[in-house]
Amino acid sequence: MDPLLLLVQLLNGVQLGLLLFLVAAGLTLVFGILDVINLAHGVLYMVGAYAAAVVLVRSGHFALAVLAGPLVALGAGLALDRLVLRFVYDRDHLDQVLATFGVLIFVNELVRVLFGPAALPFPLPAGFEWSVRLPGGATYPAWRLAIIAAGAILAFLLFWVLTRTRAGMLVRAAATDPAMLEMLGVDVRRLFLLVLGAGAALAGFAGAMAGPIVAVQPGMGDQILILAFVVIVTGGTGSVQGALLGSLLVGLADTLGRSFLTDMLRLALPPAAANEVGPALASMLIYLVMAGVLLARPRGLMPVRRAAR
Amino acid sequence: MTARPRQRSRPAARAEAILASAVFTAIAALLVIADFLDQPFYLKLLTRALVLALAALALDLAVGIAGLVSLGHAAFLGVGAYVIGISAEHGMTNGWVQWPLAVAAAASAALVVGGLSLRTRGVQFIMITLAFGQMFFYLANSLSRYGGDDGLTIWTRSQFGTWLSLSDRRTLAWLSLSILLAAYLFLRKLRWSRFGRVLRAAKENERRMAALGFAVGRFRLVAFVISGALTGLAGVLLANLTEFVAPAYLSWHRSGELLAMVVLGGLGTLHGAVLGAFVFVLLEEVLARLTTHWALLFGPFLVLVVLAGRGGLVGLVQRIDAPR
Amino acid sequence: MRLGIAIAAAMVLWAGSAPAQELRVGFMATFTGPGANLGQHLRDGFLLGLDHVGGRLGGLETKLTIVDDQLKPDVARQEVDKLLEKEKVHFVVGIVFSNVLMAIYKPTIESGAFLISANAGPSPVAGAQCSERFFSTSWQNDQTHSALGKYAQDKGYRRVFLLAPNYQAGKDGLNGFKRYYRGTIVDEVYTQLGAVDFSAEIAKIQAAKPEAVYAFMPGGPGIALLKQYAQAGLTKQIPLLSAFTIDDTSLPALGDAADGLVSASQWAADFDNPANARFVADFRKKYGYVPSYFAAQAYDAAQLIDAAVRSTGGRLDDKTALRDALRNARFASVKGKWRLNTNHIPINDFYYVSPGKLADGTPAMVKGDLVFADYGDEYAKDCPMKW
Repeated sequence: MDPLLLLVQLLNGVQLGLLLFLVAAGLTLVFGILDVINLAHGVLYMVGAYAAAVVLVRSGHFALAVLAGPLVALGAGLALDRLVLRFVYDRDHLDQVLATFGVLIFVNELVRVLFGPAALPFPLPAGFEWSVRLPGGATYPAWRLAIIAAGAILAFLLFWVLTRTRAGMLVRAAATDPAMLEMLGVDVRRLFLLVLGAGAALAGFAGAMAGPIVAVQPGMGDQILILAFVVIVTGGTGSVQGALLGSLLVGLADTLGRSFLTDMLRLALPPAAANEVGPALASMLIYLVMAGVLLARPRGLMPVRRAAR
Repeated sequence: MTARPRQRSRPAARAEAILASAVFTAIAALLVIADFLDQPFYLKLLTRALVLALAALALDLAVGIAGLVSLGHAAFLGVGAYVIGISAEHGMTNGWVQWPLAVAAAASAALVVGGLSLRTRGVQFIMITLAFGQMFFYLANSLSRYGGDDGLTIWTRSQFGTWLSLSDRRTLAWLSLSILLAAYLFLRKLRWSRFGRVLRAAKENERRMAALGFAVGRFRLVAFVISGALTGLAGVLLANLTEFVAPAYLSWHRSGELLAMVVLGGLGTLHGAVLGAFVFVLLEEVLARLTTHWALLFGPFLVLVVLAGRGGLVGLVQRIDAPR
Repeated sequence: MRLGIAIAAAMVLWAGSAPAQELRVGFMATFTGPGANLGQHLRDGFLLGLDHVGGRLGGLETKLTIVDDQLKPDVARQEVDKLLEKEKVHFVVGIVFSNVLMAIYKPTIESGAFLISANAGPSPVAGAQCSERFFSTSWQNDQTHSALGKYAQDKGYRRVFLLAPNYQAGKDGLNGFKRYYRGTIVDEVYTQLGAVDFSAEIAKIQAAKPEAVYAFMPGGPGIALLKQYAQAGLTKQIPLLSAFTIDDTSLPALGDAADGLVSASQWAADFDNPANARFVADFRKKYGYVPSYFAAQAYDAAQLIDAAVRSTGGRLDDKTALRDALRNARFASVKGKWRLNTNHIPINDFYYVSPGKLADGTPAMVKGDLVFADYGDEYAKDCPMKW
C-alpha cells in the first residue's frame, strides 16, 4: 500500500470525522440530557449551509457567511424547541421520532419552495483556493485543513467548557440525573435551551464549513443525520467523548473502506467479482462497524451512566 | 400463570370489536363501491393500502405489542418482494412454491436481524435495526444480475392454477383483504394469548417478567420473526401488485412510513395499524393531488397527530365515543 | 361507514368523464427529492412545446395531467395507473430516471397508450424488450458515455481513471465508455450512491496519476465532486471528462469550478438552427434560466406528438396509424435533425460540450467538435421490430 496515499486518506478520514463530530455533539447532548431523539437536527445543518450560501452571495464576505450559519441555525433550533420539541420532551421515543420526522420533511420542502430544487452556488472563500503540497508530490486542499483545524479547536473548546466551567458541570450533571439537579434549584429548563442552542449552532457551523465541498440543496441534512446517529450510538449516547471517538471511527472506517476495500478484495477475488463486492461492502462498512460495536457493547463504546429513574 | 397484566374489561373489548369490524366493513364497502363504479385505479389504490396495512399490522406486533421499535422493517418487505422477482426472473412462477419460499426467507432474515438486535435496548435497538435495514438496501443495490438500482420488472405474476388469477385486479384486491383479515384475527388471538400477555407485560416491566422466570428475550424473538414473516408476505403481495421490485422498497423512508402508519392509527391496537395505513395512503393521494409540495401539509399533519394526543386515531375515536 | 360513503362520493366527483376528440397527455417526472431539479427542466421544456402549438397538440384540445414519481418506482407505478386508468391518457411523457421508466414500462405499453421518454433510455427497452408503443426523444443511456470514450481515444489519453456511483446505470455507463476507449483503465472506482464526500477517491486519483479522469456522477453528488476536484487543484493537471455531471442544470451552482471540464451531448443551447434559436430565446424569457438538454428533449417530445397526431388528422383510436405517424413524423427538432432508429430511439450527432458563454454572455454549455455523426445505439440490433 502506498504510504503517501494512506496518509492522505487518514487526513480525509479525520476531516470527515471532525465534521461529523460537530453535528453529532449537539445530537448526543440533546439526547443525553433531554432524552429526545431529534431527527430534525440534520435540518439545522442544512439551514446553516443555506444561510451561509445566501449571505455569501449577497455580501461577498466569507467571514459574515460563516457567522450567519451558526446564528441562523441557533434561531431555527430555538424556534424548533418552542414550536415542537418542548411538547414531546416527556413522550416516548416513537412520538419524538414521528414529530421530528414531520418537521424534517416540512423544512426540506419549505427550502425547496423558497430556494428552488437546484443546488445553490457556494464558492470557496478567497485565500483558500490553493492546496498544500505534501512531501512526495501529493496535495491536500487548504479548505479541508481549515475544516480539520476548526473542528479540532471547537472539540477542544467544548471539552473545556464541559469539564472546566460551572455551566459545563451542570450540563454533565443534567445528563446523569436531571431530577436531582432540579431539586437542587437549578433552572433545568434554561440549561436545556442552552444545550439545544449550542448544538444547533454547532450543526449550523458544520453546514457552513461543508458548504464549499458539498452540494447545498434541499435534503442535504438527511444523510449526515443518519451518519450522526450511527456516530452517537457507536460512541455511546449522551457522551461527548463517545461522540468524538465514534466520529473519528466512522470517518476513518468510511474513508479507508472506500479507498482500500476493493483493492484488498482484488488480492483474493477475480477483479470483476471484487468490483462487484467491494463497493457494496464499503457502503455497508460503517453499519457493520456499528452493529459489531453494539453486539459487543450494547450501550456503545463510552456510555454515560444514568441515575435510575 | 401468575402474571395477569391489564385484564381486558368487557365494555372495552366490545368497543374494540365494534371499531375493528367497522374498519374492515368500511374497507370492504370501499372495494365494492370502487368495483361497482368501474374505477380500476381506485381498486388498485385500495389494494396498495391493503398491502401496506398488512405490513403496518405486522409492525404493530413488534412495536405496539412487543415494544420493539424497529426502523428496519422495510428490509423484510423487500426480501419478500425480491424472492418473487428473482424466482420469476428464473421462470419459476408457481405461487404455491414462491409464496412459502418468500415468507420463509423473510422469517429467516428476521431471525438473524432480531437475534442480533435484541441484545440492545431503546434507541440502540432503533439504530441497529436501521443499520441492518441499510445493509439489506445496499445488498439489493448490488444485485446487478437482477437490475441493481434500476429494479426488476416481473413479467409474470405468481400462478395459482386456473381458478385464481392475480392478473385480475378484483381477485388481487379481495385476496389481499382476506389475507389482511386472517392476519388480523391471528394477531388478535395472539395478543390475548399467554404469549401476547407475556410480551405486553415485559414491555411494561421487563425486570419483573424476567424475575418471574420468563425468558423474555425468546418471546420477543418469536414475535419479531412472526412480524418479519408477515411483512414478507406483504412484500409478496406488493410485488404481485406492482409487477416490479426495486431497492427503493427497502429504503429507510419506507420503514419510517410504516412506523408512522402504526402510530397514526394507534399503537398496539392492531386495527389501528390498518386504519392508519388507509388514512396514510389516501391522505398522500389527496394531498399530492392538491399540490406538488404536499410535504408542506403532510409534515405539520404528522406533528399535529403526535401532539394531539396519545393513542392515534383509534384513541381519538375512543375518547369521542366514550368520555369517561 | 359514513367515512366510506364520503370517500365513495368523493371518488365519483373525481372520476369525471372526458369529452370526445380530446387529446389526453400524462406527464411524469421527478419533482421531489434529489432529482427534483431535473424534473423541473423536463416539465418546463414540455410546457413551452405545448405553448408553441397554442396549447393544442395536433390541433386537438389537450388535457395535460402532471404527476410526480418522487423517484420511487412503486409510487411511479401507482401514478402511471392513475394516468392510464383514471385519466385514460393517450400518451405518457417525461421520465427522468431509468428505474422509474422500467417500473412503468410494462403497464404502459400493455395499456394501449404510447410511452414517450424525454430522457431515460435504459438498455432493455432499446434492445430485446423494445416496443411499438415506446418512443424516445433523447438517447440510449450508453451513447453519451460511448461518445466520451471515443473522445478520450481521439485525444490520445493512454491511462484513464474511471469513477461512477455504485448502481446499475453507473456500471452500464462505464461499460459504455470502454466500448470505444482502447487505452489502459488505471482503476475503476464505484462510490456509494448519494455520497457527497469524494476526498478518498480524489486521493486515489492523485496517487494513480492518470492522463485523464472519466466520471459519471449525476445530480448533487456530481456538483460536490466537481467542486472538490477543482479545490484539489486537479482540473488543470488531469482533464476531467464527465457525463451527466456538468450540464446546464448543474452549471449555475458550480461557477468557476466548472472551467475546463468536458462532456458530450447531442444538443447544446448554442446549436445554430432556427427552431433552437426560438426555443432557447422563448424558454429564457418564460422561465428565466438557460434550458438544458432535459428541456430540449421534452420540447421535442411535444413537437413529436404534435406532428404525429396532426398527420393522422386527429384520429387517436387507430393505434397502428398513430404508431406509423410517430415513426415517420417530420418536425423541426431543436437538434437540427430528426431521425428514429428501428428501436424508436433517435439517431443523433454527438458533440463534445464544455462550459462557455452564450452570445449575451450568460454561462451555458456550448458545442465543441463533432464526436459521432448519425450515431445509433448498440442495442438496436437486439430489437426485433422491423419497419
